[in-house]
Amino acid sequence: MTYIRPAFRHPELPRNELGFTRKDYEGAISTLCAGCGHDSISAAIVQACFELSIAPHKVAKLSGIGCSSKTPTYFLGNSHGFNSVHGRMPSVATGANLANRDLIYVGVSGDGDTASIGMGQFTHAVRRNLNMMYVVENNGCYGLTKGQDSATADIGSASKKGEPNHFEPIDLASVALQLGATFVARSFSGDRQQLVPLIKAAISHRGFAFIDVISPCVTFNNNPKSTKGYEHVRDHLAATGTVDYVPFKQEISTEYEQGQSKEVTLHDGSVVHLHKADPELDLNSRRSALRLIKDYKAKDQILTGLLFMDEKSQDLHEILGTSKTPLRDLGEAELCPGQKVLDKLNESLR
Amino acid sequence: MKRIEAVNDFVIKFANVNGTGSASANNMFAKSLFRMGLPISPKNIFPSNIQGLPTWYEVRVNENGYLGRRGGVDMMVCMNPQSMAKDIQEVEAGGYFFYDSSKPLDLRLMRSDIHFIGVPLKDLCQREYSDARQQQLFRNIIYVGALSALLDIEFDVLTGLVSDQFRGKEKLITPNVRALEIGYHYAAEHYQCPLGIRVERRDEVGDQILIDGNTAASLGAIYGGATVAAWYPITPSTSVVDGFDKYCKRLRIDPGSGNKNYAIVQAEDELAAIGMVIGASWNGARAFTATSGPGISLMSEFLGLAYFAEIPTVLIDVQRAGPSTGMPTRTQQSDVLACAYASHGDTKHVLLFPATPRECFEMSADAFDLAETLQTPVIMLTDLDLGMNDTMSPPLVWDDKREYKRGKVFNEEQLEAMIERFGRYLDVDGDGIPYRTYPGTHPTKGAFFTRGTSRDEYAVYTEDGDAYEKNMQRLLKKWDTAKNLVPMPELIEANKGGSKVGVIHFGTSRDATLEAIDALAAEGIAVDTLRIKGFPFHKSVDAFIEQHDTVFVVDQNRDAQMRTLLVNECLVSPRDLISILNYNGTPITARKIRDEIIAVLRGDNVRPLHKKKMAKESV
Repeated sequence: MTYIRPAFRHPELPRNELGFTRKDYEGAISTLCAGCGHDSISAAIVQACFELSIAPHKVAKLSGIGCSSKTPTYFLGNSHGFNSVHGRMPSVATGANLANRDLIYVGVSGDGDTASIGMGQFTHAVRRNLNMMYVVENNGCYGLTKGQDSATADIGSASKKGEPNHFEPIDLASVALQLGATFVARSFSGDRQQLVPLIKAAISHRGFAFIDVISPCVTFNNNPKSTKGYEHVRDHLAATGTVDYVPFKQEISTEYEQGQSKEVTLHDGSVVHLHKADPELDLNSRRSALRLIKDYKAKDQILTGLLFMDEKSQDLHEILGTSKTPLRDLGEAELCPGQKVLDKLNESLR
Repeated sequence: MKRIEAVNDFVIKFANVNGTGSASANNMFAKSLFRMGLPISPKNIFPSNIQGLPTWYEVRVNENGYLGRRGGVDMMVCMNPQSMAKDIQEVEAGGYFFYDSSKPLDLRLMRSDIHFIGVPLKDLCQREYSDARQQQLFRNIIYVGALSALLDIEFDVLTGLVSDQFRGKEKLITPNVRALEIGYHYAAEHYQCPLGIRVERRDEVGDQILIDGNTAASLGAIYGGATVAAWYPITPSTSVVDGFDKYCKRLRIDPGSGNKNYAIVQAEDELAAIGMVIGASWNGARAFTATSGPGISLMSEFLGLAYFAEIPTVLIDVQRAGPSTGMPTRTQQSDVLACAYASHGDTKHVLLFPATPRECFEMSADAFDLAETLQTPVIMLTDLDLGMNDTMSPPLVWDDKREYKRGKVFNEEQLEAMIERFGRYLDVDGDGIPYRTYPGTHPTKGAFFTRGTSRDEYAVYTEDGDAYEKNMQRLLKKWDTAKNLVPMPELIEANKGGSKVGVIHFGTSRDATLEAIDALAAEGIAVDTLRIKGFPFHKSVDAFIEQHDTVFVVDQNRDAQMRTLLVNECLVSPRDLISILNYNGTPITARKIRDEIIAVLRGDNVRPLHKKKMAKESV
């Protein structure tokens, strides 16, 4: 939504551990439609990064093409961003991550960008367990080209034009689970309470953290016959439970019922706590997550929340065994073997 | 009957079946001549197949150092009944046909004008070895032994090569030497050795090495500081990344931790490969990919983004005959235009054209300096001929004092000290090259949002037409800057003052072109040559065309792509440039170039001889 945002901020805005205010994590003013779910997600990313006390310039934001891929302009204005090629953000993120393992990588994509044109790259980034947070802002349609169905649209769901979709939808959370994503969650752009801790956990997770966020398109796909409109999603939500993210060094104060809760300690010492609503969910079991997604879908419900976590996995750098120093910081001394080595090599080629 | 007589100047071709272990025997043969001080140029002519189809290995020996394909075959070593009929036809009159005489030759294939030399390889093997696999492998070594007698190859050189090859596996040395001896003795006893064609030790190799261009390019990437390689397997470029992997394992492991000072990712396709390179380069690492024609097509969208977003990108294109289901194992120079103008919108890319393994090494290292200096894609265009064949080359040299040119990058201190606003696409120095920052450099300064062109000089989103035009003009200015940074063309004048006839060539046409020019000189025709080593073209390319009345352009593709590029970029009339083309999948020969130049100069052909100056003035 285009509007004028006052530059004035209250002088005593709360500051995080690094001394930054929430404002330091904001970006340019959004040019998306008023009420777009994507803007809520941007706000949740801002909130999560502020609360995590991440130095804003230590994040790299990457996206493909589409409405969702425009959003990195609208958050973290002090971070480098890269609006790449349609469906190809995963490869750019992979290269960026290889160059500097010390930054935090936030990828934002849409359902067209990920489930259609970028399906190949998405699946392979998952397989490699690339250390990044990958958010799909999923509205079931192509917004920037005026409302065509996307590959995540449910059968029978109709966009503004009224034509129901006939093709089997791709469930990206299930795909991510099957291909080995080590953190999988689903959320709703209208549920900030759930989304912010999920983003915090995803950013702290080492490995590929996937969040499928249902984010209604107010202009082209928010009508009564759409299964990705605000009304339908609100009426059909079910959650795996309440997620708490507890940063390192902070005591866990909330008490949960035995057997209904699960604590996962991440590699940086922070803890993700899930108070389960469904005792069936086993957070470390892909099979359990996949089954529950199906069970709820059969009941015409959308299961949201944290679905799966494997906190002990190896990310791409660990699998490859690359240097602890970011590759981009290596210089001639480490990289260039020099003439003496060439002399020997020349000799062996005679 | 005529008998070809030649010392240190002949072409020998081996006809083998793919997957029978002939490659190492043939390499041993070629290297033995090299170690006798003789210039050689071995070339693999192989199918897209792992086992069973015909494959050839052609070695030219020439003590004058002519390394291009000459054309014609003086001796054929026939190890493949499948291709025998055609192979016999290929031998020059008076030449030699070496075959396995365990079975009699088909009389219908006999020619009366060539010499047949039969050695019962199969029978000799069966007598010596009981194991079927050994029979096959040693059959190859036995024919090398026989050739040693027939061509007068020093036997000690061969045994020395066997020792080198099996260092660490000593028990394999004796049976291999034994196989060489079996062949040698049979030939010596049954034929008058040596034949009319033979070798004699010379000192014409000096300190040169034998290496393929892909390996040399991979070493260039290591020396040039590449840390990220992303690729998708495709013939004939695969061995670039194989080489990078092999030598990184030796040269790039941190001795303390055992960690790798590099990362190689086999991508899901070429789109992802170039995307990874762009991502890594954007984030400050030196990264590259290697591919061939079909990969260039797939990478084109991303190349456009890298051009407009001004991200250094290094790409090695080992060209092959197109298309994907074309002749992937045959050579061509047919990606020139696809690379020069890859992508949508107004794009053009810096190209490098190496002609020798040493240039593959140097240009691959230089490509990183160029790409980072210019903040744009740099494509090194080699081809299968250079990339996959062992080629004689001056030794690889590196200046230990050399520092990488990382281009215009602001670091944290510079940003901290900066008072004015940072403009990612601002032409501060007037050379069209802006300053960039790596992600994560400074908490509050220097961050920008990377996108194609819908932005102003400060990388802020805009769709304003004036901002777009201004940016495109700056990119042109940068292109002009590039003209003086890419390698200069190499001019060779036939005599002082130069000739009125000129030949422009590039890449692997070099050897054949220079040999053809020597042949023409011997016939009294002086021809100047200009070898293009980079694109955009240096102004001396325009001058060369201007100064010569007749200008030939040697292209190893059907559509005269380099000629088109010259016409397009140098504002010359197409009439001014006469094409010499070769596109059958094998390297161009000196004979072809010489014959076509002669035909035009003699007027055998209706093409115009003289430039129409009017055409140029009307441009």
